[in-house]
Parts: sequence; structure tokens; C-alpha cells
Amino acid sequence: MSAFTGTGRLARLALRRDRIRLASWTLGTPLIGYAMAASVASIYPDEQNRVGYAEVANTSVVARAFNGPIASTELGAVVITESYLTLAVLAALLSTFTVVRNTRQNEETGRAELLGAAAVGRYALLTAALLVVAGANVLAGGLLAVAFVGAGLPTAGSVAAAAAIIGVGLGFTGVAAVTAQLSVTSRGANALAAATVGVAFLLRATGDVLGQRAADGVGLDSAWPTWLSPLGWGTQIRAFGSERLWVLALPAALLVVGVAVAYTFAERRDVGAGLLAARRGPARAAVWLLTPAGLTWRLHRGVLVGWAVAVAVLGFAMGLAGNEVDDMIADNPAAAEAIAQLGGSAELVDAFLSAMLGLFALTIGAYVVQALLRVRGDESDSILEPLLATAVSRHRWLGTQVAAAVLGALALMLLAGATTGLGYGLAVGDPVGWAVDLTGAALLRLPALFVVAGVVTALFGVLPRFSVVASWAVLIVFLLLGQLGAALDLPQPVLNISPYTHVPSVPAVDVTVLPLVVLTAAATALLTAGLTAFRRRDIPT
Amino acid sequence: MSVIAIENLVKTFGGVRALDGVELTVEPGEVHGFLGPNGSGKSTTIRILLGLLRRDSGQVRLLDGDPWRDAVALHRRLAYVPGDVNLWPNLSGGEAIDLFGALRGGLDPRRRDELLQRFDLDPTKKCRTYSKGNRQKVAIVAAFASNVELYVLDEPTSGLDPLMEAVFQEEVRHLTGAGASVLLSSHVLAEVEALCDRVSIIREGRIVESGTLAELRHLARTTVTVETARPVTGLAELPGVHEVRPVDGRVRMEVEPEHLDTLLAHLVRFQVRALTSTPPTLEELFLRHYGETSDDQQTQAGGTR
Repeated sequence: MSAFTGTGRLARLALRRDRIRLASWTLGTPLIGYAMAASVASIYPDEQNRVGYAEVANTSVVARAFNGPIASTELGAVVITESYLTLAVLAALLSTFTVVRNTRQNEETGRAELLGAAAVGRYALLTAALLVVAGANVLAGGLLAVAFVGAGLPTAGSVAAAAAIIGVGLGFTGVAAVTAQLSVTSRGANALAAATVGVAFLLRATGDVLGQRAADGVGLDSAWPTWLSPLGWGTQIRAFGSERLWVLALPAALLVVGVAVAYTFAERRDVGAGLLAARRGPARAAVWLLTPAGLTWRLHRGVLVGWAVAVAVLGFAMGLAGNEVDDMIADNPAAAEAIAQLGGSAELVDAFLSAMLGLFALTIGAYVVQALLRVRGDESDSILEPLLATAVSRHRWLGTQVAAAVLGALALMLLAGATTGLGYGLAVGDPVGWAVDLTGAALLRLPALFVVAGVVTALFGVLPRFSVVASWAVLIVFLLLGQLGAALDLPQPVLNISPYTHVPSVPAVDVTVLPLVVLTAAATALLTAGLTAFRRRDIPT
Repeated sequence: MSVIAIENLVKTFGGVRALDGVELTVEPGEVHGFLGPNGSGKSTTIRILLGLLRRDSGQVRLLDGDPWRDAVALHRRLAYVPGDVNLWPNLSGGEAIDLFGALRGGLDPRRRDELLQRFDLDPTKKCRTYSKGNRQKVAIVAAFASNVELYVLDEPTSGLDPLMEAVFQEEVRHLTGAGASVLLSSHVLAEVEALCDRVSIIREGRIVESGTLAELRHLARTTVTVETARPVTGLAELPGVHEVRPVDGRVRMEVEPEHLDTLLAHLVRFQVRALTSTPPTLEELFLRHYGETSDDQQTQAGGTR
């Protein structure tokens, strides 16, 4: 028996276990690529539009930080610049989660022990996970190249762009292989690898912000921090420009080094052990933890802080970008129209800011759903059962969860408005005034979030088994109606289903009070229904 | 006034009648054993007592209250240990213990520390890193450190080693010594024999036996093995004697307790050389009820606890 015995079987097991996840990944990537290519092609149809775009992309600090440099004024270059961040981060995180899921998580749950007792070699689990993830990356990337070519982009550039994304995925496969050896928990391994993605983003953003304009006047020579980042390598391939495929050697090297390090650790450590000891906690609970509210804060704070950081960074950047909206789309009526539709005003800057706040409200809807569905997760994990066997009433527990989700949404919307206003104000003057104005505008969208909270609570009370799927489905419908409704010319009664249709798009339009009152009343009715149903139903095992 | 009084309790899930007229009484200060195989309705009964499930029909009184309507007030007076303890993974064991204690209305910090030591549990480890046995200990310490009238324990020692099992039994005696009542659902028959004053056996949603262990034994047949100088005859004709069979030159039979006298009178005529009489163990009592349904049991093993 060699150290690799059983690898094939374990790889098939991983394929079976993750069949839906892997299928969504490998098919979702080309779909996103195709949609982005089609949308960019319609907004930037001719060379003149793209010269303007490229000029802004390589000048604007915000654009450089988020999207990285653009390689040329070809259509493909605009497509990959617009979609790179999404595709690359997706490949990085999916690779990470899938590696950890099939290595450390198996050890944590004891499944690896069961497998290890069978005719399975020491390296088999890790090797199977790596093969599956590498295969998924190559397949997703291959289909992405096909999608780009299908959207009418040149073959050489499409292949280079897809190779860049594959490189990012494989690089982080190497990173995750190591973190799965270091941490004893899958959560810890995922967090370490995700933090690496975050650092890679910051390094690339810094390097690209500090970069110098190239001699040809179009390109951008990124500064050295970009070259330290696996996310930076992908942009340095310069797909659809003067392509440099040798850069692919860097992620390949990272993969090889990561895998070699992981094998070395796997050889030396015990099953279930890690190089980083599990962190310890306090032997006694702090006094503030000992109430339903305290416990709820403890359970939610990590996620809420993560959201707050993301919202603040994004809000500030979008605010800064607001000042560049006029330049960016001055001579591009298609882009202007898209923003006007989203924001509901012909006044471009107002429409842009309003559209951003609307997007924040939709995104923060996801926070509300995620935070509230925790109670369902606790119910199906049987954590809720001993809790409800204490002197905490069902009303009190669910009420606390709703309050936590709504207060979290309030805090995030305040932050979104304030940071967007601050960013825009710093660019045009009067940061405090703008921060106050946009904070007010953001708060006016809260009633839509109350309705989201009401819908999730009602679903949890009435249809607990289906509440997870149904809650997300409802939010996705709201999202589609908000983003596509206007563009698709859907009839008003259909658009009216979404609470987001009814909140006033301040600053683009004036405040109206009636819809806010009606939405709040609807939310209250849904919450009451959910609480009452939860009080009356069984807590199933 | 009984601590728990259940009469004719019925609960159905869809078309399945999980509880079909359960009768159960627990008196103050007693440890009441609640026995039954997987899927027989033990946990369903307990979950109704805790107000987690709603009964379809029947009477349920818990500490002189209604477990569904008065849930919160009653939960201050009882502590619950589930058979499969799940905890918030990012809380430490110590935090989880304090939290459950506080939400129940407070725990005795001195008892808590004493129990942590007795059960050899490290409270600084995160709940996600605990083994099943250690998660069980977290719930046991949180419950036993609470000063309440009733302890509801649903297979509390699954996953504990024999050493900890002994500590558990001592601590249960400590609780009842202080006047508390205990409802103990268990698969560990030795534990039930060691701890319980009375026992109820549930099968397919009905209580099939209930009483003290002595009473249950009295209802069941005693095994008698006898060695005689002359071959014994005429056993089959005796009243209350069953399953007569020869074993290594001796004869073994089962006899109903009230006919033991007649049997002995009959045996002396054949010159008894050696005789052993074994009352049924709880395991035998238990298997007698379930032995014939072992196929049934296997198909139900994957069902609810």
C-alpha cells in the first residue's frame, strides 16, 4: 500500500459529495463571464467609448484600486477589467472552501479517521481534494474561455484571460492546502485562507494605485506590491493587450510550493492535529453574555463587524467615484441611461448616489436574511432545544433575533450613507453636509429592510423546513425586480411586489411618507404573524 | 402532589401515532427510570413535558402547571440534559455552562466549580473542540449546578466513560438527597438499576410496565436451575413452570414467583443436590418486552431518539 492508495476513490467521493457545488462553480463562472461580456459590449460598443473608459480606469484611484489596470482599449480588455475582481475572488474562495471541506473538515468531523482506518494512504485525502479542486478550476476556466469566444471576443485574449483566473484559483488552492494543515478547525483554515485573499487584494490595490502610467499613454505599470499578490499576477498577464503568459509561472510556483509544504506537514503530524493550537476561551462567562440579548450580540458580532468593514470601504470608494461619474459617462449615453434607470433621476450624480444607496439596501437585505436564518440553523442543529428548555420564552428569543437583525441593518445603512456621503463630500467639498444628507437618504430605505425581516420571520414561524430556501428566494426576487425590472420594462404591478420599489429614491426624488408608513405596517404584520406561529408550533427534532 | 402526572397522552406526527395513551407518574423525591428502545416515544414524551411539542390530547401536569402554557415559569424550576448535546461552537464550555445556568435563573458557582472538577472538564476549551462525552458533561454540569426541583435527563450518560458514569450516579444521589426529583431516560440498565426507585417501560407509544424494580421482578419469572440425585419428572404438569430444559446434567426452568413454593415442594422428592434461583435482571425484563420485536427495532433504529 502506498501513501496514495485510495486517492481515486476519495476523489470520486468528493465529486459525489460536492456535485452541486462543483457544478454551480464550473457552470456559473462562464455564465458570469458571458453576461459581463454581453453587458460591456452593449455599453461600450465602439473604440471611442473604450478610450474614454480606459483613460478613467487607469487614472481614477478608485478604479485602479478595485479593478486594477486595463491592458488596452480592446473590448475584451474592458470586459476582463470589469469582471476580473468578481471572477478572481470567486475562484480564490471556491478553491479555498472546497480544499478545506475535503481535507480539514473531514478530519474535524472524524470522517478522515474512519477513512484512514480503511485501505487509504496518508496522502490520499489531501491528494484527492487537490485533484478535484484543480480539475474544477481548469474546467471552469476552460468554459470561461469558450464563453468569452462565444461572446465574440478574440480567442488568444479569451484564453489568456481564462488562464489568469485559473492561475488565481490554483494559487489559492496551494494556499488552502497549507492552511488546512495549520488550523485544527475548518473554520480556522477557511478564515486563514480568506484573510490571505484579503491581503492579496490590498497588496494588488496598493501596487496599482502607486503604479505609473506607461510610456504608450494607455497602460499602467503597477508598483512592486502588485507582484506580491496572487490576485495581482492575474492582471499582469495583460489579457487582450500585449499578453505576458510567462506570468502564469508565478501561480504555478505558488501551487507547487503550497502542495509541497502541505505534504510535508501531512507526513509529520497526527490525524486531527494542527500546527496552530485551537484557541481557548474564558473559563467563566462575562456578565453581559448571560442574557438573550448578550448571547445574541456574541453570536452576531463577528459577522456584523465583517459587514461593517466591507460596507464602509465600499461606501467610501463609491462616494469618491461619484465625482468621476460625469467624466466616466459624459459621452456614453448607454451607461448614463443604465444609471438613470437604477437611480430614478436624469441628474446623473444624484441618480448614481441614489442607485448606490439602493444597492446597499438590497445587499444589506442579505445581512438581514443571513442574521435571522441563524435561528433556523440553531433549530435544525438542536441548539435551540436546550435553550428553550430554560426560562427564556419563544417570543423573547425570536424577538431578540429580529431586533438584532433589524438593528444590524440600521447600523449598516447608517454606515453606508455616512461613508458614501463622506467620500463624495471629500471629492467635491462639504464632507459633513453630504454625510448627513446621504445618511438621511439611506435611513429612508430601512422600511424595505423591515419587510425583509418580516418575511423571513413569518417563513420561519409558519414553514420552518422551507424557510432557508424560501427566504433567499424572496430576496433574490426583490433583487431581480430592482435591478432588471426597469430595464426589462416589467409592468408596475409586478414591480410593486418588491418593497424596494416603494422606498423613495432620495436624493434622486423627493421624500414621500405614505409608502414608508405602509411598508412599516406590513412589516409589523408579518413579524406578528411569525412570532405567533412560532409560539404555537412544535420544535421538531 | 405528583411532580409529573401524565394521563392518556397522545401525540401524532402526520399519520404516525408516536404516543398512544402514555401514563406516567413521578412522585416527589424519586428517581424514575424511563426505559424503551429507540423510537418508542421516550424523547417525544420528554419534549412534551418541556413544552417543545404540543400534545394532541390527554392530561399533562408538570410541577402542578401546564407544560405548554406555563413553560417559562416551569423552566425556572427544572433542568434538562438532552441525549445529544449541541452547543454554540464558538463559546467556551465555561461560558455555555454559565449561560444555561443564568437563563434558567441562576446557578451555584461553588457547585459549578466542584462539578467541573469531579467530571474532569476543562471549561476553557471551545465547544467545537469538545468530544461528544465532553459536550454531555457541559450540559450535566450546567444542570446539576442549578438548584431546581426536577431534573429531566434524556439519556444523559451516552458518551461518558465508566469512571464518569460512577461520578454521575453519585451526583444524582446527591441531588435526590437534597430532595429533588429525577426523570431519567436511559439505555444503561445498570445505571437504572443502581439509581431508580421506580421504572416505566414504554413500547410503541404505550407504557407496558410501571412500578418499583421489586414489583417488576415479582411480575416476571424467576430462573431456577436444579441438580438432583434422581431424574426430575412431572415438571411440565406443574402450574406456572415454563421452558423446562436440561443443561449439563442439570435442569433449568422458569417459574412464576407465586408458584415457586409448589415447585420447591415437588423438587425435594428427587433429592436436590444443588439449586440456584435467579430473579430476572432488568435486562431480561427489558428484553422480554422487546425481544419479540427485534426486527421492528432494527427498522426503527434510524428514527427519532
